[in-house]
Formats: sequence, structure tokens, C-alpha cells
Amino acid sequence: MHHAPNTMAQNTTNIPFWRDIRFLKVFLQVIFLIGIILLSVFLYSNMSGKLSRQGKQLDLSFLTEEAGFEIAEGIDFDPSESYLKAFWVGVVNTIRISIIGIVCATIIGFLFGIARLSSNWLIRKIASVYVECFRNIPLLLQIVFWYVIILLLPVVGRSINFYDSIFINNRGVYIPSLEVTTGLKPWLWSLLAGIILAIIVVLGLAAFRYFFRFRELQQIERPSFIPNIIFGAKWVAAPIFLIVAIAGWFLTSEVPFELSRPELQGFNFVGGINLSPEFTAGLIGLAVYTSAFIAEVVRSGIQAVVKGQREAARSVGLKESQVLRLVVVPQAIPVIVPPLTSQYLNLAKNSSLLVYIGFPELFGIGETMMNQTGQDVLIFAMIMVSYLIMSLTTSAFMNWYNRRITRIGR
Amino acid sequence: MENLTSAEEVKPPNTQKGLIRWLKDNLFSTWYNTLLTCVGVVFLYFLLKGLLTWVFVQAQWEVIPANLQIFMIGAYPIEQVWRIWIVLCTLALLLGLSAGIWKGLVLRISTAIAGVGLIFLLVPLDIVKTIDTEPATLEFNINIINLIFVKRRWLLGCLALLFGSFFIVRNKNVLKKWIIGGWILSFPWTMIMLHGFGENTVSTTNWGGLLLTLLLAAVGIVACFPLGVLLALGRRSKLPAISWVSTIYIETVRGVPLVTILFMGSVILPLFMPGDFQLDKVIRAMVALTLFSAAYMAENVRGGLQAIPQGQVEAAQAVGLTYPKTTLFIVLPQALRAVIPAIVGQFIALFKDTSLVAIIGLQDLFGITRSVLANWQGRQPEVYLFIAIIYFVFCYAMSYVSQEIEADLGVGKH
Repeated sequence: MHHAPNTMAQNTTNIPFWRDIRFLKVFLQVIFLIGIILLSVFLYSNMSGKLSRQGKQLDLSFLTEEAGFEIAEGIDFDPSESYLKAFWVGVVNTIRISIIGIVCATIIGFLFGIARLSSNWLIRKIASVYVECFRNIPLLLQIVFWYVIILLLPVVGRSINFYDSIFINNRGVYIPSLEVTTGLKPWLWSLLAGIILAIIVVLGLAAFRYFFRFRELQQIERPSFIPNIIFGAKWVAAPIFLIVAIAGWFLTSEVPFELSRPELQGFNFVGGINLSPEFTAGLIGLAVYTSAFIAEVVRSGIQAVVKGQREAARSVGLKESQVLRLVVVPQAIPVIVPPLTSQYLNLAKNSSLLVYIGFPELFGIGETMMNQTGQDVLIFAMIMVSYLIMSLTTSAFMNWYNRRITRIGR
Repeated sequence: MENLTSAEEVKPPNTQKGLIRWLKDNLFSTWYNTLLTCVGVVFLYFLLKGLLTWVFVQAQWEVIPANLQIFMIGAYPIEQVWRIWIVLCTLALLLGLSAGIWKGLVLRISTAIAGVGLIFLLVPLDIVKTIDTEPATLEFNINIINLIFVKRRWLLGCLALLFGSFFIVRNKNVLKKWIIGGWILSFPWTMIMLHGFGENTVSTTNWGGLLLTLLLAAVGIVACFPLGVLLALGRRSKLPAISWVSTIYIETVRGVPLVTILFMGSVILPLFMPGDFQLDKVIRAMVALTLFSAAYMAENVRGGLQAIPQGQVEAAQAVGLTYPKTTLFIVLPQALRAVIPAIVGQFIALFKDTSLVAIIGLQDLFGITRSVLANWQGRQPEVYLFIAIIYFVFCYAMSYVSQEIEADLGVGKH
């Protein structure tokens, strides 16, 4: 037996280096990397050759030049501003429609996901027809369909009217908005005062409880200061803050916010917010399409909670609402969050389809810039990097949320 | 104890059955369910009323029969359509052979396909066109023989091949390998057949409609397979260089929208090609779709790889198999079997996503609507609804098949 280690050692030394696993591992990787590098060099030289033949070169200086095209939507943009600003407008438009779309899709998706598990046969069927219909039709087709429908709506003069505050016509949707008045400033001051007052009261209260009750109870261990603060924040600070805020609202000479309703003046509406046909169609399309997938995620998440859990919860006497709130939802959420994340990411990426109906989002503006400057490769790289940053941030955030929720849930 | 003895006194469960019972259980069990039912009925009434009125009264459907050929095959020259039929016949033959040998799910699928084919064969759809154009001279005694044996001889041929091959090879299991080989060869065969050679070449710019959509989706899923499997193995590799490169590729592609990848294929890819080497538009879109779906395929396959118990690999190594042999004969067969439903799901997604090639100017089922609508102003809702139904039917059928496969493989039951 005691010979074995010796022979082993001899064997390892005798193995020729081309069969030595340690050498092979390094060798394989080096070969692989060399291959990748050679491929990149080959592609790059092709590209630079072609570019120089076309008289172009990779140069980022165009970003500071004057863009010279108008952007129909988003933050204010003037054609005399730079390409970089134009690109930024596109980024903001993409983020804006993605976030609004995610909120809408989540609400609709959860509603239909829960409806699919309803004890009511009709509701269940309606929900499953909704889901099957909208997830089996390409998103691009849906967006274009909604766009066409909006363009076929009545003209401004004959808008569809909801209680004189929402108007729908072939120029999009007009909804009321909150306009800031001169009363906002004093009210914000009163809010600040409320916050300061609340903090003072909470700290005072916590200190009071800490010193007096600590003695009273004659605890051996020093109790933590933090539970007292949380207690105070919940039951004292919040009411104080609310009272100050409400008082401030009424005491300021002018109401801080004013509801601005769209009104027909001449040939167009004035006031309120106008959601353009492109935005509306894109939002409906993205929200409806994604909500169908979210509904499935929610359904399978709730179904993943073992039946015994509900039965056990019921048998210890929890009410039906408590069963849901305390047993089912905490266990369903960790199952739901990861696929929900990928649906959110899909929605953000799918917002690029809006280029087809002319919504000025990241990809659309990038394309315009390519046509004007000819810097295809660089602008393309900028687009890719922007999307990657958005995707990675979202998934990082959702992963963080998921970890948090999983810790609480289990 | 008392509870146990009084068990006999418990009333028997309510065995009342029938419509009333069902209604009470499913629609009116509680007050809020009753309310929901009422709301649902009212909602459905208005929805269906509006929809049906539009479909049967307002909509003008003549745009569909007038352009049916364009929707199906785009600008594919009509005198070359026999190529498509030959491809369909080949596929029918292979399907019939597979159905005869594998039975089970394949048999059920091919029965369904044969059923659809039979409907198209026997139902005189042409009559719709006749009613619209010449209502007065409509002949009710349609010449069935003429219709089936002349007008639809290709469809008849396909069905005959499907049935014939099924009955001939039933239970001849020795043919399995040949049929798998046949399926693999059918792919290049389809391409060559559709493209043609010599004088009869049909340029890919003429490919369009449903034909192009199906082709793009099929190429995307089949061609991405080798790359996807390699990337999945690469990502799980213990060699850092390989796993890093694979991971970066997968995450980059999954992090950006398909539009950008397609755009890369159509604009950036030609820049990277050497010299005057040119790829045509359709091929570039296919390359882009392949590169795109490879990343997703890799993730699917990785899921399958992770599901394989470590003991399988260890056992394979213990009997002296090398890494390539372990991977090829032990790991991959099990992993791929487990991810078939996921791959079908990916195919459905890809099938829908092919509509994006319209953005880069291809004439697929969705892109072709633009040229159709140029001549039929204001018929957008009808046209979009029609192609939406086509997409829906395909996707729904495939997701149904995927569920069947899942049940067949018993995925999730182990």
C-alpha cells in the first residue's frame, strides 16, 4: 500500500506535457483567446478598410455639432442643440415610456393573473382569453394596430369626451394635469417645517421613553434606541406631519396645485397633457402585451404555493384575507419576482419597436443621427451601451429587491 | 371520540347536479361573484356586439381574398410556386414517416395537420371570391373533380404522401436514423429548392409573406442550435477565458433589443465583411436572428445542463469517457430532452419576433401589409386583424404542442 503515493508521483512526472491537464487547460484558453483576438482584428481591419474607402473615420466629435432636426416629443429640444442632447432626449423618452409602461403592465397583469384564479367561471374565462389573445400576437402588429385605430378616431372637433376632462381624438389623448401655482412655495416651506417638527418630537419622545422607561423596568440589558424611534415615527411623527401639511395647504393664500383641464380653443386643445398618438399606441401595445405575460407569471407564482400551506393556515383559524396576506403572498412573491424582472426588461427592450410608428425613442433618434452623420458604428455602439446600462441597472435593482424579499419571506 | 362515532350522522355530500347546480357553483357562489358575473356579462355583451357588428357589417373584407397570394408567398413568382409545393411535399413525406415510426405525439400532430389540409382540400373556399365578383352567375354544382384534382393537385399530393408514407413504414423502427437524417437534410433542401438554380432562380428579395416568416423563424431556431449549445457549454466551462467570453456574449445579446441586432445585421455587419463580399438582405436578417436566438438558446440549454445530476458525469468519467464523449453521449442527450418545451417556447417567441424584420425593410407577413395597404387605403383594421389571426393560430397551436410535449416527456414530474 505504501508504494502507491510513490508510483503516483512518478506517474505525474512522467506524463508528457502535451497530456498534462494543467498545461492543456492553459493552452486551450490561450488558443481560444488568440482565436477571438484574431477574429476581432480581422473584422476591425475590414471595417476600417471600408470606412477609409468611404472617406469616413471613427470620430466622436460629431456629438457636439448642431443636430438640425426636430424631435416631436420629450424634454424640450431645439434643432440648434447638439447631437449629444438629441441622443439624451431619446434616452429619456425610452426610459419614460418604459417606466409608465411597466407600471401599467404590472397593474393590468396582476389583475388578470388573479382573475385567472377566480372562483367565478366567467371571470376566469375572460382572463384566459385576454392572456391567450394578446401574448400570441406579435407586439409590433399590436402597436401598429392601436396606432391605426387612434388615427381613425374622430377629428378634434368631434372628440370622444369623458366628463369634459378626458378627450380622445385622432391627435391622441388629452388628460387633465396638475399645474403648479404660486402657492406651491409657501406650502413646501410648511412641509419642511412639518418634517423638522416631526423629527424633533420623535427624538424627544424616544429619548423620554428611553431614559424613563429604562429605569422603570430596571432592565439589565440596555434596550436599543431604534425601536423607540420606529414606534414614534409610526404613531406620532406621521400624524404630526400630516396635520402640518393639511394645515399648510389651507393656510397658503393660493392652493398649491391646480387641476388644468384640456379645453377646446379654436382648432386644438389647450391645457392638460396631450399624449401623442405614437405615445398612446406604444403605451397601450407595450402595456397590454406585457401584461398578458405578467398575468401568467402571477398565476403560476400563486399556484406554486403548495395547497397544504393554505389549508394549514385555514386550519389554524386565519381568515381568508389573512391567509392571502400572511401565507400565500409572502411565498408567491419570491417565485414571481425573477420572471417579473425579465418581463420588465423585455418591455424596456421592446420599447425600441416604437421606432416603426415614429415615436422618437433611443433607437429612432439614433437612426436619424446615423443618416445625418454617417457615424453608423459609433452611434450603434452608443445605442447598445445605453440599452445594456438600462438592462443591467434594472436587473441589479430587481436582484437586490429579490434578495430582500426572499430574506423576509423565508 | 365523539366526533368519530357521529361520523355516520354527517349528511351525505350534496350530489345535486345539472345546470342550476353548476351555475350556482361557478357564477353565483357569493354576492361578489354574482356582481362580477353581471359586470362580466354586460362587458361581454357590449364587446361582442361592437366586434360582431364591425366584422359582419362595417368591415370590407375583399382586400383579403384579393391579396391572399401576396400574404402567403409575397412576390414569389407564381410560375415558380411548384418549388414551394415540392418543399411542402417533402415535409409531408417526412412527417408521415415520423408519424408511422414514433407514433404518440408526432402522430397526433400530423393527424391535426392532415385534418387542416383536408379541410382546405374539400371546402370550396374559392366560392367566397365567386360570390363577391359575380353573384348572378354563381354555379352551385361546382365541379368537385376539377377543384380537387386540378386546382388543388399539389395539396392532394401532399396529403397522399403524408398518408401513404405513414401506412408504409408503420412500425419499421430500423428506419429511425434515416428519417432523422432526412429531417436534417430537409433544411438545405428547402433552401436550395426555394432559391432554385440556373435560369429559374428566385432571388431572395422576392421571398415574402408567411413563407418568409416561417423560413426566418425556422432558420433562426435551427441554425442557432449548434452555437447555442456551444455557448451553454462554454458558460459552464471551468476554464475562465472560455466561460467569460461566453457569458459576455450571452448577456450582451440578451441585454439589447432584437431591433438593434437586426440593424447590426443589415448595416454594421456588411462593414465587417472582407472586401467586396456581399450578403443579401434576407441572409443578413437570418444571420442576425441566428446570433440573437443563440444567446437565448444557450440559456435554455444551460437550464437543461444544470438539471443533470452530477452523478451522471461522475459515472461517465468513472467508466473512462473523455470530456467530449461525456458531453456528447451522456450530458447533452439528457439536457436537450429536458429543454424541448423551452425550445418550443423560444420558437414561438422567435416566430412572433420575425415581424421585426419589417423595420429593416423585409417583406415578411407583417412587412408585406405595407405594400398591400398602399393600394387599399383605409383597410388597415381588416388586414391587421387577418394577419393577427394567422399569427395567433400558429402561436396557439405551437404552445398547445409544447404543453403536450411537456406532458409526454413528463418534465417536472420527476
